Amino acid sequence: MLIRTSPQHPVRSSEITPEAVYNDRRRFLARLGLSAIGLATAGCGKAADSSANAITPKQVAAAGADLKLERRTDMAGKETPTPYDSVTHYNNYYEFGTDKSEPAQFAGTLRPRPWTVEVAGECEAPGRMDIADLLKLYPLEERVYRHRCVEGWSIVVPWDGFALGPFLARFKPTSKARFVSFTTLYDRKQMPEAGGALPWPYREALRIDEAMHPLAFLSVGLYGKTLPNQNGAPLRLTLPWKYGFKSIKSIVRIEFSESAPQTTWSAVAPDEYGFYANVNPGVDHPRWSQKTERRLGELFKRPTLMFNGYPEVASLYSNLDLRAYF
Amino acid sequence: MQLSRLFWIKAALWLLCLAPAAWLVWLTMSANLGPDPVATLEHQTGLRALQLLLLTLGMTPLRQLSGRPEPLQLRRTLGLFAYFYMCAHFAMYLVFDLELSLPKLGEDLVKRTWITLGFSCWLFLLPLAITSTNGWQRRLKRAWKSLHRLIYPAALLACCHFVWLVKKDETEPLTYFSILLVLLASRLPWGKWRKGIIGAQTTT
Repeated sequence: MLIRTSPQHPVRSSEITPEAVYNDRRRFLARLGLSAIGLATAGCGKAADSSANAITPKQVAAAGADLKLERRTDMAGKETPTPYDSVTHYNNYYEFGTDKSEPAQFAGTLRPRPWTVEVAGECEAPGRMDIADLLKLYPLEERVYRHRCVEGWSIVVPWDGFALGPFLARFKPTSKARFVSFTTLYDRKQMPEAGGALPWPYREALRIDEAMHPLAFLSVGLYGKTLPNQNGAPLRLTLPWKYGFKSIKSIVRIEFSESAPQTTWSAVAPDEYGFYANVNPGVDHPRWSQKTERRLGELFKRPTLMFNGYPEVASLYSNLDLRAYF
Repeated sequence: MQLSRLFWIKAALWLLCLAPAAWLVWLTMSANLGPDPVATLEHQTGLRALQLLLLTLGMTPLRQLSGRPEPLQLRRTLGLFAYFYMCAHFAMYLVFDLELSLPKLGEDLVKRTWITLGFSCWLFLLPLAITSTNGWQRRLKRAWKSLHRLIYPAALLACCHFVWLVKKDETEPLTYFSILLVLLASRLPWGKWRKGIIGAQTTT
């Protein structure tokens, strides 16, 4: 299998914020607040300085990285990852509340161990796999990916896990397996905050060739740490060229099928969320523009890149009108 | 003595209305706005604007319920603070989301209904803010009251703006919408209608 270690990234090195400036951005933000609001008093300035405490990956590693990583691949144009604190406290996981701060607050009720993943449908070797066994299958690798939410914000995350394709191939999908669908756990006891925001359980799916693409990734951790509950513990998809909602969390079931499966968001609002949901600055969401995005922590928006800056997936869609199949 | 009592009530109201702004300034300077500071600022200023707008609309019913003059004496302050937060909300969007680009604003206004709704609300309330002074009230005479009824459609626009932008789970915006509907319904001439119905019944 081809694993591209240096993908074609359209982000030029001149566009990348120097790390020192990036790490200092909270202070920069604070100063901007000061000047914009015109309240540059000495006392407040001190308060701003003392709280400039952005967490760096090194700090996180020192604090409690528990995963053994075989290798690390930067696939985000050398951008500094979004602080661990932001990645784990700004989540869309509606089973734990619709506000972005709520999953971090309420996902404590999720029990990621013991955990079983069921694989079924059009495959020769269906079965159930315990998360402990699943974790022993492959050496873990880290991939730093850009992650773009359909809402217009984005982050850069070092995900830990393994490629999705070889994992799926283990179950020997038949020639009828044209799609593969994924289901999130739904348990009212573990998810008392779920409410009726969406029809549960949450479902997502990919065309089989998309799932087999080397960029498609199964994550079990981030920043070298076991995946926190609010980020989709113990097992989630990471599809960097698609809008975030495709990267389904806390997977309990995988099914191969011949016909296109129903997926949650495209069933709830088909005019707003398509099956493909490829990041595409040329196709706006009916209610907002997708031309730009805001990297968490930055003040101004930046241009959104086609396929989120992963042009290596373009060949998957060469015969597809991306305006119609958004 | 009466005057000074109102003075203190107004001073307290000013402090209460300024408190959220001061809090946001503090959060900005101490870098505590959360992972997406701009989104927090935009959401918070918009929310305060809506809350104060509904509070402004609550003053007339409160006056009728309490029979006291204060609610009407405080109404203008509340309304202007609602507009203050609305302007801050609009300014953040113009600066951080659009980088002050007029073509981008034009595109948003044409293409995105929720922006159109929010902008219309801001526009509807602009003449009200300008003519909120005693001088204008005198000059416009009876027209002032008609003009200031624009707050009703403006409040409806504000609520629609909120409902429209939410991805899913519209509980919060719909709560504000319901409050607005109650406030608007309280202004309908229920008494007259009741008399009308009773009148109709007695004649048959």
